[in-house]
Amino acid sequence: MSTQILMPALSPTMEEGKLAKWLVKEGDAVKSGDILAEIETDKATMEFEAVDEGRIGKILVPEGTEGVKVNAPIAVLVGDGEDASAPVKAKSAPAEAAPVATKAAAAPVAQAASIKLEDPSLPEGTEFVTMTVREALRDAMAEEMRRDDTIFLMGEEVAQYHGAYKVSQGLLEEFGDKRVIDTPITEQGFAGLGVGAAFNGLKPIIEFMTWNFAMQAIDQIINSAAKTRYMSGGQMHSPIVFRGPNGPAARVGAQHSQDYSSWYAHVPGLKVISPYFAADAKALLKAAIRDPNPVVFLENEIVYGRSFPVPKIDDYVLPIGKARVVKPGKDVTLVAHSICVGLILEAAEALAKEGIDAELIDLRTLRPLDTDTVIESVKKPNRIVTVEQGWPICSIGSEIASQVVEKAFDWLDAPPTKVNGKDVPMPYAANLEKLALPTVDDVVAAVKAVCYRA
Amino acid sequence: MSEPTKVVVAGVNKPGATPNSVSLKTFYSDMLLIRRFEERAGQLYGMGLIGGFCHLYIGQEAVVVGMQANVAPQDQVITAYRDHGHMLACGMDPKGVMAELTGRSTGYSKGNGGSMHMFSSEKHFFGGHGIVGAQIPLGTGLAFADKYRNTGGVTLTYLGDGAANQGQVYESFNMAELWKLPVVYIIENNQYAMGTSVDRSSAQPQFFKRGASFNIPGEEVDGMDVEAVHAAGRKAIEYCRSGNGPMILEMKTYRYRGHSMSDPAKYRTREEVQTVREKRDPIEHLGQKLVSRGIATEDELKAIDKDIRLVVNTAAEFAIESPEPDLSELFTDVVA
Repeated sequence: MSTQILMPALSPTMEEGKLAKWLVKEGDAVKSGDILAEIETDKATMEFEAVDEGRIGKILVPEGTEGVKVNAPIAVLVGDGEDASAPVKAKSAPAEAAPVATKAAAAPVAQAASIKLEDPSLPEGTEFVTMTVREALRDAMAEEMRRDDTIFLMGEEVAQYHGAYKVSQGLLEEFGDKRVIDTPITEQGFAGLGVGAAFNGLKPIIEFMTWNFAMQAIDQIINSAAKTRYMSGGQMHSPIVFRGPNGPAARVGAQHSQDYSSWYAHVPGLKVISPYFAADAKALLKAAIRDPNPVVFLENEIVYGRSFPVPKIDDYVLPIGKARVVKPGKDVTLVAHSICVGLILEAAEALAKEGIDAELIDLRTLRPLDTDTVIESVKKPNRIVTVEQGWPICSIGSEIASQVVEKAFDWLDAPPTKVNGKDVPMPYAANLEKLALPTVDDVVAAVKAVCYRA
Repeated sequence: MSEPTKVVVAGVNKPGATPNSVSLKTFYSDMLLIRRFEERAGQLYGMGLIGGFCHLYIGQEAVVVGMQANVAPQDQVITAYRDHGHMLACGMDPKGVMAELTGRSTGYSKGNGGSMHMFSSEKHFFGGHGIVGAQIPLGTGLAFADKYRNTGGVTLTYLGDGAANQGQVYESFNMAELWKLPVVYIIENNQYAMGTSVDRSSAQPQFFKRGASFNIPGEEVDGMDVEAVHAAGRKAIEYCRSGNGPMILEMKTYRYRGHSMSDPAKYRTREEVQTVREKRDPIEHLGQKLVSRGIATEDELKAIDKDIRLVVNTAAEFAIESPEPDLSELFTDVVA
């Protein structure tokens, strides 16, 4: 009986990939462990090995094909004496795996390209190019490093590996190993080293492979970086950027899936940025690198691969501390940051079908928090729903609710409402993980509640 | 803050020079300044003029005075919270240090830092850090920046025997040797991590060996003998400045007072302290040498003490008379 060879998932967030190269051809005999093909994931080019013995009966997906979905059949393996037309047995159970693979839904990716990002500072007729958030972040670092040779990038796998999530691609080649530095896996050590270097005239960009690992370094971020300007009476400061992916990725369990937004937003002496769109990622990372204060820059692994328009102008920098009104609306204010901006965009489409017109705010910066923009917005529809992946207690939404109640109490027609990640460590099981995170349905339900619609 | 005035000359020796009779006298007065300053700080604490935690350096003076006599203008210094002596040895103004201890606007941190958090960018003194062990990666980073910018600077990173057991020390050792960073790690082994003796806390009590698995050379030094400290420091700084990477110096020393002002020091006997005071005191020891070698007379030493008491009194008066920070300063210097 012949067996289908399926497109493998080779990273936790991979939904599709490029079949870069076949290393076998039709008719070749293969055995377990033979390398069949090279697959490009969202992070790296991986070799894909055979599990079963047999002969390559038919190649279904030619090399060079992009966007091959995980679990799509890519070749047929036949036994001796069989041909490719023999009955096919599926190798795994794609029907069961499907909900996981499509969890991050294609919708935000499709919707992204159509979003018109308003920026009054841009000249009339500015051209936009489409790029991924990953590329935008890389370009921001490269542009700043060209400007100022006191800037260096340091972290685990940032140099020769090009970043665990491919964010620093090409930087080692352009700037050399003096300025793009692989570290040992010692977060507390290299975070503190970065702060010391910042005290002494350099502008470090410290990459944490994920913010989960920065828990090992949080003392250096808060006690050493954030407080020194104050404790020294303004004599000494640390112009440093700590950056990396924040929040849940996919199926990596409790210790690797946590949103640190409110943790760092709590700390005086820090600036905290968490963008969604590529243009903001680029312009705000450039601003962060230039800022004389320690900046915590919270990225998102799932968002790295999303493409958005970025203005094609030299030196695009945005001010830290300004929220973006992504879309005006009259019935409810929806506030989010990072990946949840994608979620409220989806929710807004669903709500529009039910006649509810949502105003969407992307906070972009969490400290200083642009409460003015939020308050101004909520005074129109008189209702507000905040959406984030972080836990509900003392969350960004908690702070916004408090500010809104203090500053716009008389305008409110409904209680400010939060949609958060559930108050549990992240479960591993696909169905429970999905349940633990905010969904479009959660947002729609919260909006209907504040609009008193059934 | 008023322009720091250098009343007692610290660190005037030409870097790398063998101490001559002038510099030995300077060592004496520098150590005595720290001793008298700390005694006065202890007194002001008792009067309620200094608050919070206050960790005195009495007994350990030879370590910082001997080391700092070797530094060049481009070098950096960082330590933990038992830092008053380090600041004075860096040439910071005793008035500004005492005013910070009393939380006044004329203090080095304008009253925002206190005993454990003081800095001077002018004197390349990078703190003054209150978290045990945190200064070690920071000091390693200071050295990283000097190597990156090719300044020729060396960083003196001070830590205690307690901090030497922190994980981040070894993360720093690893990177410092891997990247050949110009940093001297000076482990001030005063034998007690707060109330826990080295024997009760350290599987390898010979701290100069702690860099062995990273190939970092280490040396044990009599930290009660300022000449021995000075000589060892000179060699170590030269080693680092020449691009060989880091080096470790373990200074065998002793603190006479408790860990902080609120520590009754029940973990050791009165006799133990008294024995060190009588037999190994760094200031007494050097004073006797100065006299026996004919470098100074007893009267000269008394005159030095008198001058220093005046400096310390002036600092204390300045600190007490200076105003507290204006209430409008609460939010100053949080971010730029």
